[in-house]
Amino acid sequence: MAEFKPNIVAIVCNWCTYIAADTAGTARIKYTPYVKIVRVMCSGRVDPQMVLWAFRNGADGVLICGCHPGDCHYKEGNYKAYRRYMLLKRLVKQLGIEEERLRLEWIAASEAPRVKEVFDEFVEQIKKLGPLKLREEVIENP
Amino acid sequence: MSREEVRIGVYVCHCGTNIAGVVNVEEVVEYIKKIPGVVVARHYVYMCSEAGQNLIKQDIKEHKLNRVVVASCSPNLHENTFRRAVAEAGLNPYYFQMANIREHCSWVTEDPKEATEKAKMIVRAAVERVKYHEPLEKKKVEVKDKILVVGGGIAGISAALVCANAGKTVYLVEKSPSIGGMMSRLDKTFPTLDCAACILTPKMNEVASHPNIKLITYAEVESVEGFVGNFKVRIRKKPRYVIEDLCVGCEKCVEACVFKEPKFYDEWSFGLKKRKPVYIPFPYAVPRKAIIDPESCLYLKYGRCKQTCVEACDRNAIDFNQKEEIIEVEVGAIILATGYKFIDVSKLPQYGYGKYPNVYIAPEVEVMLNASGPTRGEIILRDGRKPKSVAIIHCVGSRDENNKKYCSRLCCMAAIKLAHLIKERTEAEVYNFYIDIRAAGKGYEEFYKRVASEGVRFIRGKVAEITDVALTPEEEGKLIVRVEDTLAGVIRRIPVDMVVLMPALEPATGVEEVSKMFGVSVTEDFWFLERHPKLAPIATFADGIFLAGCCQGPKDIPDTVMQAEGAAGDALALVSRGYIELEPNIVSIDPEKCSGCRVCVGMCPFGALKYNEEKGVTEVIEALCKGCGTCAAACPSGAIQQNLFKDKQVYAEIAGILAVGGE
Repeated sequence: MAEFKPNIVAIVCNWCTYIAADTAGTARIKYTPYVKIVRVMCSGRVDPQMVLWAFRNGADGVLICGCHPGDCHYKEGNYKAYRRYMLLKRLVKQLGIEEERLRLEWIAASEAPRVKEVFDEFVEQIKKLGPLKLREEVIENP
Repeated sequence: MSREEVRIGVYVCHCGTNIAGVVNVEEVVEYIKKIPGVVVARHYVYMCSEAGQNLIKQDIKEHKLNRVVVASCSPNLHENTFRRAVAEAGLNPYYFQMANIREHCSWVTEDPKEATEKAKMIVRAAVERVKYHEPLEKKKVEVKDKILVVGGGIAGISAALVCANAGKTVYLVEKSPSIGGMMSRLDKTFPTLDCAACILTPKMNEVASHPNIKLITYAEVESVEGFVGNFKVRIRKKPRYVIEDLCVGCEKCVEACVFKEPKFYDEWSFGLKKRKPVYIPFPYAVPRKAIIDPESCLYLKYGRCKQTCVEACDRNAIDFNQKEEIIEVEVGAIILATGYKFIDVSKLPQYGYGKYPNVYIAPEVEVMLNASGPTRGEIILRDGRKPKSVAIIHCVGSRDENNKKYCSRLCCMAAIKLAHLIKERTEAEVYNFYIDIRAAGKGYEEFYKRVASEGVRFIRGKVAEITDVALTPEEEGKLIVRVEDTLAGVIRRIPVDMVVLMPALEPATGVEEVSKMFGVSVTEDFWFLERHPKLAPIATFADGIFLAGCCQGPKDIPDTVMQAEGAAGDALALVSRGYIELEPNIVSIDPEKCSGCRVCVGMCPFGALKYNEEKGVTEVIEALCKGCGTCAAACPSGAIQQNLFKDKQVYAEIAGILAVGGE
């Protein structure tokens, strides 16, 4: 069997994790190629529908990354992300998606090494879960 | 989006070998070419070069492109470069999208095949996204032409003076009762042995007398609101219990205090001398005004005192009823110059600080050497003796895996300077124990050589322990430095009368609160994080907030002043233009779709959403919207859309990055 290469999207905040990922690049920290970054201005912009859309479009896992609690560039967007995430975890389970496929992490701009840590670890977790198989009716009748 | 035909040009940058050395750029171009809507796809060695930009401009004209994607470095570096190029070719600059295949791909991926695959997806996502881009205009916002400087050390002083000399009003806020900071404790500075007071006091006095500088001492910033160009800052000024305008600094109150002898910890001298409850911080303090410490003043603490100070003051300057004051200012730019402190070396028991009275930290010795200090510049041990031998220990807590991993940068030179001054004033035998001598600076190596030739001894080795356990008669009554001399390859015991520790630097107390209040990121050691180590070493990720001096990382006085004047330049550039252009990533609400549920109103941390009772819909106050998009995520009907991050744009990007067709 061919090696499973997970398809993972990380929706990240412009002010913390995006910068941390830039810094990880500048520092040439090598990490998994399977996590691809989509930038939003704040983790508070992450609409639960975005996450569902990602799963529907073939994501095996979705990461949401924002600033540490108390550090939000927009005061409190990360708290809103957290609240939505807690609900969303329950929702994805009902759709037949393991909740471990969705993860929220705080990565500050200064924490470049954590980008590698989090991404690598998440890929390992998704590899254990295997490819996401959504029930066909979910995909056909979104 | 109107149904005009989308014509996309895609440019994959080699960035020399930075990208092309790992990512197969030709393969990426071939893959991208097949995506519907892509009219031109090319790769080029340096897209950011003029030739690269011209390539885009030419194609826009020749191929009638109406969308452009550049796949290169981080948008934090060159997004503006390419937007400008696109605009110069007559296209709206927001018809552009950047794909980050350097920092997020070629630099972080080991396997070239995987990197190429990842790059394809990243570029594809940008292509899918740019299809849904719309023309936008930057938001022009007026800028307040005043500047706030936080911290009155040499960094804050230098920055404030440059700004004030440019004709701008500057608010200089200092936590302690006097400006001057760490430098005010020094007697001489390396490598020129300039008298510190002679260079600092004129600057301090200039600050006090400058018509454009509003000096606010004994005060702290309490809150910051607003954004670049328009910050609202609340400053809490603590009561001095002395009316500053009336006090002339005659010190009669100090003499008259019921405490005949000074007996309280004096902050300026690191406790080397004592002060009374009413005192003047140090002889050349600015402002040179008395202050009463509520913690030690009998009247303020217990309400019972003869108040001899009040009687002694013929100007009636003492006011026990003084209350703290809130000062509100509006500024366009902020310079943070909050400085550093020394680590608590008593937590490193091997050095014996706090245990052996004759173990000192460097700042104490600086104060001792200071002609205005408690010993009038003499080196006198706590038991009154003059030392005949002195050990100076470098890297106390610095370059230490168990403590601060970084080099504190100024200690080598400060230690060499102290060695010179101690030798000069006491003729003692002076030893420097070092790991490496870091003398990188103009005239520094020469200074090191000079001091070494004066007979100061340099022993290479990290000190294991300071002890008073004597093994030989000549060690009796001495402090013994145990060290491995790594050049000679022997373990040595060196008995001395006095030990001077060069403690590591760390950010000033309260840095966490300051970073949160101003929205400035910090490094793992809590130094403020600059926007880019080379391209923007003064700016922060919080627009309009700049860094000066040691709050950004350890540095010596020349570097501090350089950065401070640079920060002043950055701040002036911002406020002098009169306006700024903000990213147009604000939200808008489609009144046709809005049901007036008001879920979004509670979401907005800036109060930018207002429900219009008459129309039954919520409306955006554009000037207050900061563009986080959290309301857009909450809107149940999709009526709220964020410019640059519209649902269809982000969804297309997500689908693109997962390699499934867009909508």
